[in-house]
Amino acid sequence: MKNTDERPPAARWKNKLNQGALYSWPMGLWFIVFFIVPLIIITIYSFLRKGIYGGVEPQFSLRAYEQMCNPKYGILVLRTLRIAVVSTFITILLALPCGYAMARSKYQTILLFLVIIPFWTNSLIRIFAWMSILNNDGILNQILMGLHITHNYIQFLYNQGAVILVSVYMYLPYAILPIFTSIDKFDFSLLEAARDLGANKSQSMFKVLIPGIKSGIITAVIFTFIPVFGAYTVPLLVGGKDSYMLGNIIVDQVQKTRNWPLAAAFSMVITLVSVIGILWISRANKKDAKLKSVSTKEENYITGGQK
Amino acid sequence: MNNIFFFLFPALYKRKMAEPARHAKKSWKKHAPTFSLSKTVLALTLLFLFIPLFVIIIYSFNDSKGAEFTHPSLIWYRKLIFESEPLWEALFNSLIIAFTSAAVSTLLGTLAAIGCNWYKFKGKRFIEAVTYLPMVLPEVIVGISMLIFFSGIKMPLGLFTIFAAHTTFCLPFVFLMVKARLDEFDFSIIEAAHDLGATDAQTLIKVIVPSLMPGIVSGFLMAVTMSLEDFVITFFVAGPGSTTLPLYVYSMIRFGVSPVINSLSCVMIAATCLLAFVMRKGLKTFAASH
Repeated sequence: MKNTDERPPAARWKNKLNQGALYSWPMGLWFIVFFIVPLIIITIYSFLRKGIYGGVEPQFSLRAYEQMCNPKYGILVLRTLRIAVVSTFITILLALPCGYAMARSKYQTILLFLVIIPFWTNSLIRIFAWMSILNNDGILNQILMGLHITHNYIQFLYNQGAVILVSVYMYLPYAILPIFTSIDKFDFSLLEAARDLGANKSQSMFKVLIPGIKSGIITAVIFTFIPVFGAYTVPLLVGGKDSYMLGNIIVDQVQKTRNWPLAAAFSMVITLVSVIGILWISRANKKDAKLKSVSTKEENYITGGQK
Repeated sequence: MNNIFFFLFPALYKRKMAEPARHAKKSWKKHAPTFSLSKTVLALTLLFLFIPLFVIIIYSFNDSKGAEFTHPSLIWYRKLIFESEPLWEALFNSLIIAFTSAAVSTLLGTLAAIGCNWYKFKGKRFIEAVTYLPMVLPEVIVGISMLIFFSGIKMPLGLFTIFAAHTTFCLPFVFLMVKARLDEFDFSIIEAAHDLGATDAQTLIKVIVPSLMPGIVSGFLMAVTMSLEDFVITFFVAGPGSTTLPLYVYSMIRFGVSPVINSLSCVMIAATCLLAFVMRKGLKTFAASH
């Protein structure tokens, strides 16, 4: 704190009382009480013994983690992983061209508006809408039967396919928005340069554009993968026996079986995956920021530091 | 980590694009062959995003109770307004929680953003890191951990526990909205206020808060939306007698579907459009104020 220039501006005019802590710690305390402490509690619970009538007994045990290694649950984890990977893959595949088309469009504001409306609509209502489309007497079956493609209804709901479809629907805007933003900020003269240097269109796309928007893509992947990995409502409402996921088992362990340590252990798995995801995003962003600071320096050099 | 924010409000960042890049983009546009594949995918995706909403809207004007469309009527809207007492109670609960938790999170979040942007203090990195977690962690985990926490401290589940939970997940949004605004803030006006003899409190209330207003308002609206929307976390921390609107919708979907849910959904979609429109205008003035 001796070098004045390194300190943020406020510190230069106010030294007596550090107001930063005064301003920020109320929120910090709120998070500690209502977020960090609960997380610590479930971490501890996962290492305790199960109580007879639910709850826990204060005794160290690795029983919950042993139970988790049961192949029955192993399949569940793999299934959840598969559903999340497939949904994320489809979502990103759709989001990339969408983000590109939006960024290059003249009607950006309207398109953003159109993507944001389904995004902000209540998630239960969106799931319900899909239920009334895919239902046995739903609109899709009515159309199929009306066109005499099938004579009997097809069961679209209550299977993994439905879970993946609705998950893609739910998280598509999450993926489109960061990809759109990064393509919008992308310097398109680089593509021109690539073409001048002899790259063809797909080469310039895959070797210049995609690496250039990498951090946006990573954000999109994480923001699709983590919610699907921890999904509860979608598999509950449109899934069947073959699409019972981690989120569902956690809730059932808490509410029905009342095996809190096992639920806590499963929560640890999801938390771990999420934290890895966050670290990945922040690493990608740091790299981006470094590249940007280099390019701004060059820009300043070219323009003589004038803005 | 800024990307989280970019993804929520990309429009805010458009102005930041460097001038040369913008220029280059234009010139590239002239030569670029029309890349129709991406436009086709975009059109189809938008169709995919809107078909379910349209289906709901059409069904809400359907006279019959079944899935077949007979003839248009407003019967479900009439039922929604006149024969759905518990629904209105749930909405009332939802609104109370949304506005109280948005108000508290706006207050705490704004102060914290000011503190984190301008000052150095112990625990700053901790606070900044912790803020991102509730946004990314799946809702089930947040909900379960809070349920276990509240039952551990023997707090009866009800409106207060929902309020606490909602404030927790609304805070990061307010914090980030205000922080983005602060990043573009001209610090010299505070120095000017101090030179002219304003005390700290006066500077905060008369200078800082008014110029942060667009960010604060968007943060508040964002928090209200998030709170009205949330189902999973509320599902865990709600007790008897504290049904919110999403919980009520859930019970309608799960047990006994009445077509009233279609008309309710339709009203909610309309409210979303309205809010998005209001926010968009807010965002525009926000960007234009520079």
